[in-house]
Amino acid sequence: MNVTDIRNHFPILSEKLPGGQDLVYLDNAATSQRPNEVIDKYLQLSTRYNANIHRAVHYLAVEATDQYEKTREAVKDFIGAESAKEIIFTSGTTASINTVAYSYGEVFIGRGDNIIVSQAEHHSNIVPWQLLAERKGAEIRVLPVDDDGRLRIELLPGLIDKYTRLIAVCHISNVLGLVNPVKEIAEIAHKRGVHVLVDGAQGIVHENVNVKDLDCDFYVFSGHKMYAVPFTGVLYGKKEILDCMPPFLGGGEMIESVSLENGTTFAPLPGKFEAGTQNISGTPTLTAAIDLCKQLRDKEITDYQQQLAEYVMDALMSDERITLYGVPRGNISKIPLFSFTVKGAHHEDLALILDKMGIAVRSGQMCAEPLMDRFGVTGMVRASFAAYNTLEEARYFIKSLDRAIKMLV
Amino acid sequence: MEPTKTIQETEAEIIENFSMFDEWLDKYEYLIELGKNLESYPESEKTEEKLIKGCQSRVWLDDNFEDGRLWFKADSDAIITKGIISLLISVYNGRTPQEILSSDFSFIEKIGLKENLSPTRANGLVSMIETIRRRAAENV
Repeated sequence: MNVTDIRNHFPILSEKLPGGQDLVYLDNAATSQRPNEVIDKYLQLSTRYNANIHRAVHYLAVEATDQYEKTREAVKDFIGAESAKEIIFTSGTTASINTVAYSYGEVFIGRGDNIIVSQAEHHSNIVPWQLLAERKGAEIRVLPVDDDGRLRIELLPGLIDKYTRLIAVCHISNVLGLVNPVKEIAEIAHKRGVHVLVDGAQGIVHENVNVKDLDCDFYVFSGHKMYAVPFTGVLYGKKEILDCMPPFLGGGEMIESVSLENGTTFAPLPGKFEAGTQNISGTPTLTAAIDLCKQLRDKEITDYQQQLAEYVMDALMSDERITLYGVPRGNISKIPLFSFTVKGAHHEDLALILDKMGIAVRSGQMCAEPLMDRFGVTGMVRASFAAYNTLEEARYFIKSLDRAIKMLV
Repeated sequence: MEPTKTIQETEAEIIENFSMFDEWLDKYEYLIELGKNLESYPESEKTEEKLIKGCQSRVWLDDNFEDGRLWFKADSDAIITKGIISLLISVYNGRTPQEILSSDFSFIEKIGLKENLSPTRANGLVSMIETIRRRAAENV
Protein backbone atom coordinates (compact mmCIF):
# COMPACT_ATOMS: atom_id res chain seq x y z
CA MET A 1 0.00 0.00 0.00
CA ASN A 2 1.27 3.49 -0.81
CA VAL A 3 -0.17 6.84 0.18
CA THR A 4 -2.44 7.03 -2.90
CA ASP A 5 -3.92 3.62 -2.03
CA ILE A 6 -4.48 4.76 1.53
CA ARG A 7 -6.21 7.95 0.39
CA ASN A 8 -8.64 5.91 -1.68
CA HIS A 9 -9.95 4.39 1.55
CA PHE A 10 -11.07 7.83 2.79
CA PRO A 11 -13.93 9.33 0.73
CA ILE A 12 -13.71 12.80 2.33
CA LEU A 13 -10.18 13.29 1.02
CA SER A 14 -11.34 13.55 -2.56
CA GLU A 15 -14.04 16.11 -1.76
CA LYS A 16 -13.52 19.77 -2.69
CA LEU A 17 -14.11 22.51 -0.14
CA PRO A 18 -16.89 25.05 -0.88
CA GLY A 19 -14.21 27.51 -2.02
CA GLY A 20 -12.99 24.99 -4.59
CA GLN A 21 -9.75 24.16 -2.75
CA ASP A 22 -8.53 20.64 -2.09
CA LEU A 23 -8.91 19.67 1.55
CA VAL A 24 -5.57 19.42 3.32
CA TYR A 25 -6.57 17.88 6.62
CA LEU A 26 -3.90 18.41 9.27
CA ASP A 27 -6.08 18.19 12.38
CA ASN A 28 -5.74 14.44 12.82
CA ALA A 29 -4.79 14.66 16.48
CA ALA A 30 -8.27 16.07 17.13
CA THR A 31 -10.06 13.43 15.10
CA SER A 32 -9.02 11.30 12.14
CA GLN A 33 -11.03 10.97 8.95
CA ARG A 34 -13.08 7.84 8.39
CA PRO A 35 -12.23 5.07 5.95
CA ASN A 36 -14.73 3.09 3.86
CA GLU A 37 -14.16 0.01 6.04
CA VAL A 38 -15.44 1.85 9.11
CA ILE A 39 -18.27 3.57 7.26
CA ASP A 40 -19.38 0.22 5.80
CA LYS A 41 -19.19 -1.45 9.20
CA TYR A 42 -21.25 1.31 10.76
CA LEU A 43 -23.85 0.96 8.03
CA GLN A 44 -23.87 -2.82 8.37
CA LEU A 45 -24.39 -2.58 12.13
CA SER A 46 -27.39 -0.31 11.59
CA THR A 47 -28.92 -2.27 8.76
CA ARG A 48 -28.14 -5.86 9.78
CA TYR A 49 -27.12 -6.18 13.41
CA ASN A 50 -29.23 -3.71 15.32
CA ALA A 51 -30.40 -5.25 18.57
CA ASN A 52 -29.60 -4.72 22.21
CA ILE A 53 -26.78 -6.96 23.31
CA HIS A 54 -26.24 -9.44 26.16
CA ARG A 55 -29.95 -9.78 26.88
CA ALA A 56 -32.36 -11.38 24.47
CA VAL A 57 -32.07 -14.86 22.97
CA HIS A 58 -33.32 -13.95 19.49
CA TYR A 59 -31.20 -14.15 16.37
CA LEU A 60 -30.45 -10.43 16.00
CA ALA A 61 -29.49 -10.03 19.64
CA VAL A 62 -27.10 -12.96 19.37
CA GLU A 63 -25.52 -11.55 16.21
CA ALA A 64 -25.18 -8.05 17.69
CA THR A 65 -23.65 -9.49 20.85
CA ASP A 66 -21.22 -11.47 18.75
CA GLN A 67 -20.13 -8.33 16.86
CA TYR A 68 -19.61 -6.51 20.14
CA GLU A 69 -17.69 -9.27 21.90
CA LYS A 70 -15.51 -9.99 18.86
CA THR A 71 -14.47 -6.35 19.09
CA ARG A 72 -13.40 -6.88 22.68
CA GLU A 73 -11.21 -9.77 21.52
CA ALA A 74 -9.78 -7.64 18.70
CA VAL A 75 -8.90 -4.83 21.12
CA LYS A 76 -7.39 -7.31 23.56
CA ASP A 77 -5.11 -8.69 20.84
CA PHE A 78 -4.31 -5.22 19.48
CA ILE A 79 -2.94 -3.96 22.80
CA GLY A 80 -1.66 -7.30 24.08
CA ALA A 81 -3.88 -7.54 27.15
CA GLU A 82 -3.96 -10.74 29.18
CA SER A 83 -7.71 -11.23 28.96
CA ALA A 84 -10.73 -9.72 27.21
CA LYS A 85 -12.17 -9.14 30.70
CA GLU A 86 -9.64 -6.34 31.05
CA ILE A 87 -11.16 -4.44 28.13
CA ILE A 88 -13.96 -2.08 29.14
CA PHE A 89 -15.78 -0.16 26.42
CA THR A 90 -16.48 3.50 27.13
CA SER A 91 -17.44 6.54 25.09
CA GLY A 92 -13.84 7.69 24.81
CA THR A 93 -10.62 8.58 26.61
CA THR A 94 -12.31 11.19 28.79
CA ALA A 95 -14.97 8.73 29.95
CA SER A 96 -12.30 6.09 30.61
CA ILE A 97 -10.26 8.44 32.79
CA ASN A 98 -13.34 9.63 34.66
CA THR A 99 -14.32 6.03 35.33
CA VAL A 100 -10.92 5.31 36.85
CA ALA A 101 -10.81 8.61 38.75
CA TYR A 102 -14.15 7.88 40.33
CA SER A 103 -14.05 4.15 40.83
CA TYR A 104 -10.35 3.59 41.55
CA GLY A 105 -10.46 6.76 43.63
CA GLU A 106 -13.23 5.33 45.81
CA VAL A 107 -11.03 2.47 46.97
CA PHE A 108 -7.44 3.55 46.55
CA ILE A 109 -7.38 7.29 47.34
CA GLY A 110 -7.83 8.72 50.83
CA ARG A 111 -7.20 11.99 52.63
CA GLY A 112 -3.57 13.07 52.38
CA ASP A 113 -2.77 10.78 49.43
CA ASN A 114 -1.36 12.22 46.24
CA ILE A 115 -1.63 11.69 42.50
CA ILE A 116 1.09 12.75 40.07
CA VAL A 117 0.21 14.18 36.66
CA SER A 118 2.59 15.63 34.10
CA GLN A 119 2.62 19.25 33.02
CA ALA A 120 1.91 18.10 29.45
CA GLU A 121 -1.48 16.50 30.11
CA HIS A 122 -4.68 17.16 28.22
CA HIS A 123 -7.36 18.70 30.47
CA SER A 124 -9.08 15.29 30.38
CA ASN A 125 -6.16 13.82 32.28
CA ILE A 126 -6.06 16.66 34.81
CA VAL A 127 -9.60 17.67 35.71
CA PRO A 128 -10.94 14.21 36.73
CA TRP A 129 -7.98 13.93 39.16
CA GLN A 130 -8.61 17.42 40.50
CA LEU A 131 -12.25 16.50 41.13
CA LEU A 132 -11.14 13.31 42.87
CA ALA A 133 -8.55 15.19 44.95
CA GLU A 134 -11.20 17.65 46.03
CA ARG A 135 -13.62 14.86 46.96
CA LYS A 136 -11.07 12.93 48.95
CA GLY A 137 -8.82 15.63 50.32
CA ALA A 138 -5.92 14.37 48.22
CA GLU A 139 -3.14 16.32 46.55
CA ILE A 140 -2.13 16.71 42.88
CA ARG A 141 1.61 16.80 42.16
CA VAL A 142 3.09 17.87 38.84
CA LEU A 143 5.92 16.31 36.88
CA PRO A 144 7.33 19.20 34.81
CA VAL A 145 8.62 19.24 31.24
CA ASP A 146 11.89 20.85 30.11
CA ASP A 147 12.27 23.58 27.47
CA ASP A 148 12.20 20.98 24.69
CA GLY A 149 8.97 19.54 26.07
CA ARG A 150 10.52 16.35 27.45
CA LEU A 151 9.22 15.01 30.75
CA ARG A 152 11.75 15.66 33.50
CA ILE A 153 11.65 12.04 34.47
CA GLU A 154 14.72 12.45 36.70
CA LEU A 155 12.47 14.40 39.08
CA LEU A 156 9.92 11.61 39.33
CA PRO A 157 11.52 9.56 42.14
CA GLY A 158 11.66 12.72 44.27
CA LEU A 159 7.97 13.46 43.70
CA ILE A 160 6.91 10.03 44.92
CA ASP A 161 6.44 9.54 48.63
CA LYS A 162 4.62 6.98 50.73
CA TYR A 163 1.31 8.75 50.07
CA THR A 164 1.62 8.60 46.27
CA ARG A 165 -1.00 6.26 44.78
CA LEU A 166 -1.10 6.90 41.06
CA ILE A 167 0.79 8.54 38.19
CA ALA A 168 -1.40 9.70 35.30
CA VAL A 169 0.65 10.45 32.22
CA CYS A 170 0.13 10.64 28.48
CA HIS A 171 1.89 8.21 26.15
CA ILE A 172 2.22 11.06 23.63
CA SER A 173 1.20 14.64 24.39
CA ASN A 174 -1.44 16.09 22.04
CA VAL A 175 0.63 19.28 21.90
CA LEU A 176 4.25 18.13 21.93
CA GLY A 177 4.03 14.86 20.02
CA LEU A 178 6.96 13.37 21.94
CA VAL A 179 6.76 9.70 22.86
CA ASN A 180 7.08 9.59 26.63
CA PRO A 181 9.08 6.81 28.29
CA VAL A 182 5.99 5.29 29.89
CA LYS A 183 7.63 1.91 30.40
CA GLU A 184 10.38 3.54 32.44
CA ILE A 185 7.79 5.55 34.37
CA ALA A 186 5.90 2.34 35.19
CA GLU A 187 9.13 0.75 36.40
CA ILE A 188 9.92 3.67 38.72
CA ALA A 189 6.33 3.76 39.96
CA HIS A 190 5.96 0.04 40.60
CA LYS A 191 9.17 -0.10 42.62
CA ARG A 192 7.46 2.28 45.01
CA GLY A 193 4.05 0.59 44.91
CA VAL A 194 2.47 3.30 42.78
CA HIS A 195 -0.06 2.60 39.98
CA VAL A 196 0.21 4.09 36.50
CA LEU A 197 -2.51 5.24 34.11
CA VAL A 198 -1.40 5.96 30.56
CA ASP A 199 -3.51 8.30 28.43
CA GLY A 200 -3.08 6.66 25.05
CA ALA A 201 -5.34 8.95 22.99
CA GLN A 202 -2.45 9.83 20.68
CA GLY A 203 -0.21 6.87 21.54
CA ILE A 204 -2.54 4.16 20.23
CA VAL A 205 -2.53 5.80 16.78
CA HIS A 206 1.22 5.98 16.33
CA GLU A 207 2.84 3.37 18.54
CA ASN A 208 2.69 -0.40 18.74
CA VAL A 209 1.15 -0.67 22.16
CA ASN A 210 1.63 -3.74 24.30
CA VAL A 211 0.20 -3.17 27.74
CA LYS A 212 1.99 -6.18 29.21
CA ASP A 213 5.33 -4.93 27.97
CA LEU A 214 4.63 -1.36 29.15
CA ASP A 215 3.34 -2.89 32.38
CA CYS A 216 0.97 0.04 32.92
CA ASP A 217 -2.02 -0.53 35.21
CA PHE A 218 -4.45 1.37 32.98
CA TYR A 219 -4.26 2.31 29.31
CA VAL A 220 -7.08 4.41 27.87
CA PHE A 221 -7.87 5.63 24.38
CA SER A 222 -10.57 6.80 21.96
CA GLY A 223 -11.76 5.20 18.73
CA HIS A 224 -12.31 8.39 16.76
CA LYS A 225 -8.63 9.31 16.59
CA MET A 226 -7.80 5.90 15.14
CA TYR A 227 -10.37 5.90 12.31
CA ALA A 228 -13.36 4.42 14.21
CA VAL A 229 -16.55 6.39 14.86
CA PRO A 230 -16.85 8.86 17.76
CA PHE A 231 -18.18 7.78 21.16
CA THR A 232 -16.13 4.63 21.08
CA GLY A 233 -13.40 4.22 23.64
CA VAL A 234 -11.43 1.76 25.66
CA LEU A 235 -10.43 1.44 29.26
CA TYR A 236 -7.83 -1.26 29.76
CA GLY A 237 -7.06 -2.13 33.36
CA LYS A 238 -5.23 -4.96 35.04
CA LYS A 239 -7.81 -7.48 36.18
CA GLU A 240 -6.68 -7.58 39.80
CA ILE A 241 -7.14 -3.80 40.09
CA LEU A 242 -10.43 -3.63 38.16
CA ASP A 243 -11.75 -6.39 40.41
CA CYS A 244 -11.16 -4.22 43.47
CA MET A 245 -12.89 -1.21 41.98
CA PRO A 246 -16.61 -0.55 42.63
CA PRO A 247 -18.94 0.18 39.67
CA PHE A 248 -18.98 3.76 38.40
CA LEU A 249 -22.42 3.97 36.81
CA GLY A 250 -25.31 1.83 38.01
CA GLY A 251 -28.02 0.44 35.76
CA GLY A 252 -28.74 -2.38 33.37
CA GLU A 253 -26.06 -4.83 32.28
CA MET A 254 -23.69 -4.18 35.20
CA ILE A 255 -25.68 -6.18 37.75
CA GLU A 256 -25.73 -9.78 38.82
CA SER A 257 -28.88 -9.60 40.90
CA VAL A 258 -31.09 -6.73 42.05
CA SER A 259 -33.32 -6.86 45.06
CA LEU A 260 -35.18 -4.01 46.70
CA GLU A 261 -34.84 -5.75 50.06
CA ASN A 262 -31.40 -7.28 49.99
CA GLY A 263 -29.56 -4.84 47.73
CA THR A 264 -27.73 -5.48 44.50
CA THR A 265 -24.77 -7.59 43.53
CA PHE A 266 -22.69 -6.71 40.54
CA ALA A 267 -21.72 -8.52 37.38
CA PRO A 268 -18.13 -9.67 36.98
CA LEU A 269 -15.75 -7.91 34.58
CA PRO A 270 -16.17 -6.37 32.10
CA GLY A 271 -19.95 -5.98 32.57
CA LYS A 272 -19.51 -4.30 35.94
CA PHE A 273 -18.30 -1.15 34.18
CA GLU A 274 -20.69 -1.21 31.22
CA ALA A 275 -23.97 0.10 32.61
CA GLY A 276 -26.89 0.79 30.31
CA THR A 277 -27.22 0.16 26.60
CA GLN A 278 -23.79 0.22 25.04
CA ASN A 279 -22.71 1.86 21.80
CA ILE A 280 -23.91 -1.16 19.84
CA SER A 281 -23.59 0.49 16.44
CA GLY A 282 -20.32 2.27 17.13
CA THR A 283 -18.03 0.10 19.21
CA PRO A 284 -17.74 -2.74 16.64
CA THR A 285 -16.35 -0.24 14.10
CA LEU A 286 -13.18 -0.56 16.20
CA THR A 287 -12.53 -3.94 14.57
CA ALA A 288 -12.42 -2.34 11.10
CA ALA A 289 -10.30 0.51 12.46
CA ILE A 290 -7.86 -1.89 14.12
CA ASP A 291 -7.47 -3.86 10.89
CA LEU A 292 -6.61 -0.66 9.06
CA CYS A 293 -4.22 0.53 11.79
CA LYS A 294 -2.35 -2.75 11.48
CA GLN A 295 -2.06 -2.33 7.70
CA LEU A 296 -0.83 1.23 8.15
CA ARG A 297 2.14 -0.01 10.16
CA ASP A 298 3.59 -1.49 7.00
CA LYS A 299 7.21 -0.40 6.44
CA GLU A 300 6.58 1.30 3.09
CA ILE A 301 3.98 3.51 4.77
CA THR A 302 5.94 4.31 7.90
CA ASP A 303 9.05 5.12 5.85
CA TYR A 304 7.06 7.60 3.79
CA GLN A 305 5.63 9.15 6.95
CA GLN A 306 9.09 9.43 8.40
CA GLN A 307 10.25 11.25 5.28
CA LEU A 308 7.28 13.61 5.51
CA ALA A 309 7.86 14.23 9.21
CA GLU A 310 11.52 15.05 8.64
CA TYR A 311 10.66 17.48 5.88
CA VAL A 312 8.14 19.38 8.04
CA MET A 313 10.40 19.29 11.07
CA ASP A 314 13.37 20.71 9.12
CA ALA A 315 11.25 23.41 7.51
CA LEU A 316 9.81 24.57 10.84
CA MET A 317 13.07 24.30 12.78
CA SER A 318 15.08 26.23 10.20
CA ASP A 319 12.61 29.12 10.08
CA GLU A 320 13.66 31.79 12.54
CA ARG A 321 10.16 33.25 12.76
CA ILE A 322 8.84 29.97 14.15
CA THR A 323 9.17 28.39 17.59
CA LEU A 324 8.44 24.66 17.65
CA TYR A 325 7.35 23.01 20.91
CA GLY A 326 8.29 19.41 21.51
CA VAL A 327 11.77 18.91 20.09
CA PRO A 328 12.96 15.31 19.88
CA ARG A 329 16.44 14.83 21.26
CA GLY A 330 18.39 11.81 22.41
CA ASN A 331 16.27 8.68 22.52
CA ILE A 332 12.94 10.56 22.53
CA SER A 333 11.06 10.23 19.24
CA LYS A 334 8.31 12.45 17.88
CA ILE A 335 5.17 11.66 15.90
CA PRO A 336 4.29 13.86 12.90
CA LEU A 337 2.55 16.41 15.11
CA PHE A 338 3.90 19.95 15.14
CA SER A 339 2.77 22.70 17.50
CA PHE A 340 4.34 26.09 17.03
CA THR A 341 4.03 29.83 17.48
CA VAL A 342 5.13 32.57 15.11
CA LYS A 343 6.72 35.76 16.35
CA GLY A 344 4.34 38.67 15.78
CA ALA A 345 1.48 36.54 14.38
CA HIS A 346 -1.44 35.27 16.45
CA HIS A 347 -2.33 31.57 16.26
CA GLU A 348 -5.94 32.35 15.41
CA ASP A 349 -4.97 34.63 12.51
CA LEU A 350 -2.65 31.97 11.11
CA ALA A 351 -5.32 29.28 11.35
CA LEU A 352 -7.97 31.51 9.73
CA ILE A 353 -5.71 32.30 6.78
CA LEU A 354 -4.57 28.68 6.40
CA ASP A 355 -8.23 27.65 6.41
CA LYS A 356 -8.83 29.91 3.43
CA MET A 357 -6.04 28.04 1.67
CA GLY A 358 -7.86 24.77 2.32
CA ILE A 359 -5.65 23.69 5.21
CA ALA A 360 -7.29 22.48 8.41
CA VAL A 361 -5.05 23.02 11.42
CA ARG A 362 -5.85 23.40 15.09
CA SER A 363 -5.16 26.63 16.94
CA GLY A 364 -5.59 27.71 20.53
CA GLN A 365 -4.83 26.17 23.88
CA MET A 366 -5.49 22.64 22.66
CA CYS A 367 -7.05 21.62 25.98
CA ALA A 368 -3.66 21.96 27.64
CA GLU A 369 -3.70 25.32 29.40
CA PRO A 370 -1.02 24.37 31.96
CA LEU A 371 1.35 23.56 29.10
CA MET A 372 0.56 26.89 27.39
CA ASP A 373 1.40 28.63 30.68
CA ARG A 374 4.62 26.61 30.93
CA PHE A 375 5.77 28.01 27.59
CA GLY A 376 4.33 31.48 28.27
CA VAL A 377 1.95 31.52 25.31
CA THR A 378 -1.82 31.98 25.00
CA GLY A 379 -2.07 29.36 22.27
CA MET A 380 -0.29 27.59 19.45
CA VAL A 381 -0.94 26.36 15.93
CA ARG A 382 -0.86 22.58 15.52
CA ALA A 383 -0.46 20.61 12.31
CA SER A 384 -0.92 16.89 12.92
CA PHE A 385 -0.43 14.43 10.06
CA ALA A 386 -1.92 10.99 9.43
CA ALA A 387 -0.89 8.15 7.15
CA TYR A 388 -3.03 9.59 4.34
CA ASN A 389 -1.23 12.92 4.22
CA THR A 390 1.16 13.35 1.31
CA LEU A 391 4.51 15.06 0.89
CA GLU A 392 2.83 17.41 -1.59
CA GLU A 393 0.40 18.42 1.15
CA ALA A 394 3.29 18.96 3.55
CA ARG A 395 5.05 21.20 1.01
CA TYR A 396 1.84 23.11 0.32
CA PHE A 397 1.38 23.58 4.08
CA ILE A 398 4.89 25.00 4.53
CA LYS A 399 4.47 27.30 1.52
CA SER A 400 1.04 28.47 2.71
CA LEU A 401 2.32 29.06 6.21
CA ASP A 402 5.05 31.30 4.81
CA ARG A 403 2.44 33.24 2.84
CA ALA A 404 0.21 33.59 5.92
CA ILE A 405 3.11 34.84 8.04
CA LYS A 406 4.03 37.42 5.39
CA MET A 407 0.45 38.72 5.45
CA LEU A 408 0.52 39.14 9.21
CA VAL A 409 4.03 40.22 10.09
CA MET B 1 -18.79 62.22 17.99
CA GLU B 2 -22.32 61.15 17.22
CA PRO B 3 -22.59 59.14 14.02
CA THR B 4 -24.10 60.95 11.06
CA LYS B 5 -25.37 57.83 9.29
CA THR B 6 -27.87 55.28 10.53
CA ILE B 7 -26.80 51.76 11.51
CA GLN B 8 -28.38 50.41 8.34
CA GLU B 9 -26.54 52.94 6.17
CA THR B 10 -23.19 52.12 7.77
CA GLU B 11 -23.81 48.38 7.40
CA ALA B 12 -24.75 48.85 3.74
CA GLU B 13 -21.53 50.76 3.18
CA ILE B 14 -19.43 47.97 4.73
CA ILE B 15 -21.22 45.31 2.67
CA GLU B 16 -20.63 47.41 -0.45
CA ASN B 17 -16.91 47.78 0.43
CA PHE B 18 -16.50 44.06 0.91
CA SER B 19 -18.36 43.19 -2.28
CA MET B 20 -15.45 44.71 -4.20
CA PHE B 21 -13.14 41.92 -3.05
CA ASP B 22 -13.25 38.84 -5.24
CA GLU B 23 -10.48 37.12 -3.36
CA TRP B 24 -10.60 36.13 0.29
CA LEU B 25 -6.95 37.17 0.45
CA ASP B 26 -7.85 40.80 -0.31
CA LYS B 27 -10.67 40.63 2.22
CA TYR B 28 -8.33 39.47 4.96
CA GLU B 29 -5.69 42.00 3.98
CA TYR B 30 -8.30 44.74 4.29
CA LEU B 31 -9.33 43.42 7.73
CA ILE B 32 -5.69 43.27 8.82
CA GLU B 33 -5.33 46.90 7.72
CA LEU B 34 -8.45 47.87 9.68
CA GLY B 35 -7.10 45.98 12.66
CA LYS B 36 -3.80 47.81 12.54
CA ASN B 37 -5.59 51.15 12.40
CA LEU B 38 -8.04 50.45 15.23
CA GLU B 39 -8.00 53.25 17.78
CA SER B 40 -5.57 52.24 20.46
CA TYR B 41 -6.94 50.77 23.64
CA PRO B 42 -5.16 51.84 26.83
CA GLU B 43 -2.90 49.09 28.23
CA SER B 44 -4.05 50.04 31.75
CA GLU B 45 -7.60 49.08 30.76
CA LYS B 46 -6.59 45.54 29.77
CA THR B 47 -7.82 44.19 33.08
CA GLU B 48 -9.23 40.76 33.90
CA GLU B 49 -12.61 42.45 34.27
CA LYS B 50 -12.60 43.75 30.69
CA LEU B 51 -11.18 40.55 29.23
CA ILE B 52 -13.33 38.13 27.32
CA LYS B 53 -11.32 34.94 27.64
CA GLY B 54 -11.41 32.47 24.79
CA CYS B 55 -9.65 29.43 23.48
CA GLN B 56 -8.56 31.43 20.46
CA SER B 57 -8.09 35.21 20.60
CA ARG B 58 -8.55 37.38 23.64
CA VAL B 59 -10.83 40.40 23.43
CA TRP B 60 -10.94 43.36 25.80
CA LEU B 61 -14.10 45.44 25.79
CA ASP B 62 -14.90 48.65 27.62
CA ASP B 63 -18.19 50.47 27.34
CA ASN B 64 -19.69 53.74 28.51
CA PHE B 65 -23.24 55.03 28.57
CA GLU B 66 -23.30 58.80 28.13
CA ASP B 67 -26.10 61.20 27.13
CA GLY B 68 -28.32 58.33 26.06
CA ARG B 69 -25.67 56.73 23.81
CA LEU B 70 -23.35 53.77 24.17
CA TRP B 71 -19.63 54.12 23.49
CA PHE B 72 -17.28 51.20 23.03
CA LYS B 73 -13.55 50.66 23.10
CA ALA B 74 -12.12 47.25 22.32
CA ASP B 75 -8.93 45.42 21.48
CA SER B 76 -7.71 41.93 20.69
CA ASP B 77 -4.40 40.13 20.49
CA ALA B 78 -5.36 38.73 17.07
CA ILE B 79 -5.31 41.11 14.13
CA ILE B 80 -8.21 39.71 12.07
CA THR B 81 -10.42 39.80 15.15
CA LYS B 82 -9.24 43.39 15.64
CA GLY B 83 -10.32 44.19 12.11
CA ILE B 84 -13.79 42.84 12.83
CA ILE B 85 -13.87 44.78 16.11
CA SER B 86 -13.13 47.89 14.09
CA LEU B 87 -16.16 47.16 11.89
CA LEU B 88 -18.39 46.54 14.92
CA ILE B 89 -17.28 49.78 16.51
CA SER B 90 -17.87 51.77 13.32
CA VAL B 91 -21.42 50.41 13.21
CA TYR B 92 -22.41 50.50 16.88
CA ASN B 93 -20.41 53.28 18.51
CA GLY B 94 -22.39 56.28 19.69
CA ARG B 95 -25.77 54.66 19.06
CA THR B 96 -28.80 54.77 21.31
CA PRO B 97 -29.78 51.46 22.95
CA GLN B 98 -32.93 51.37 20.78
CA GLU B 99 -30.88 51.68 17.61
CA ILE B 100 -28.57 48.85 18.66
CA LEU B 101 -31.44 46.57 19.61
CA SER B 102 -33.08 47.17 16.24
CA SER B 103 -29.99 45.82 14.46
CA ASP B 104 -29.69 42.10 13.74
CA PHE B 105 -25.85 42.07 13.57
CA SER B 106 -26.07 40.07 10.35
CA PHE B 107 -23.69 42.22 8.32
CA ILE B 108 -20.70 40.17 9.51
CA GLU B 109 -22.24 37.12 7.90
CA LYS B 110 -23.18 39.13 4.81
CA ILE B 111 -19.56 40.09 4.22
CA GLY B 112 -18.57 36.42 4.32
CA LEU B 113 -17.03 36.20 7.78
CA LYS B 114 -19.43 33.68 9.22
CA GLU B 115 -16.65 31.35 10.33
CA ASN B 116 -15.19 34.13 12.46
CA LEU B 117 -18.35 33.98 14.53
CA SER B 118 -18.53 30.21 14.83
CA PRO B 119 -19.50 29.10 18.30
CA THR B 120 -16.14 27.63 19.25
CA ARG B 121 -15.50 27.62 22.94
CA ALA B 122 -15.83 31.15 24.29
CA ASN B 123 -15.38 32.96 21.00
CA GLY B 124 -14.35 36.51 21.92
CA LEU B 125 -16.22 38.15 19.06
CA VAL B 126 -19.45 36.32 19.80
CA SER B 127 -19.15 37.42 23.42
CA MET B 128 -18.43 40.98 22.29
CA ILE B 129 -21.64 41.10 20.26
CA GLU B 130 -23.58 39.63 23.18
CA THR B 131 -22.12 42.28 25.48
CA ILE B 132 -23.03 45.12 23.11
CA ARG B 133 -26.60 43.79 22.97
CA ARG B 134 -26.78 43.30 26.73
CA ARG B 135 -25.53 46.79 27.48
CA ALA B 136 -28.10 48.20 25.07
CA ALA B 137 -30.88 46.21 26.73
CA GLU B 138 -29.75 47.34 30.19
CA ASN B 139 -29.83 50.98 29.19
CA VAL B 140 -33.12 51.21 27.32
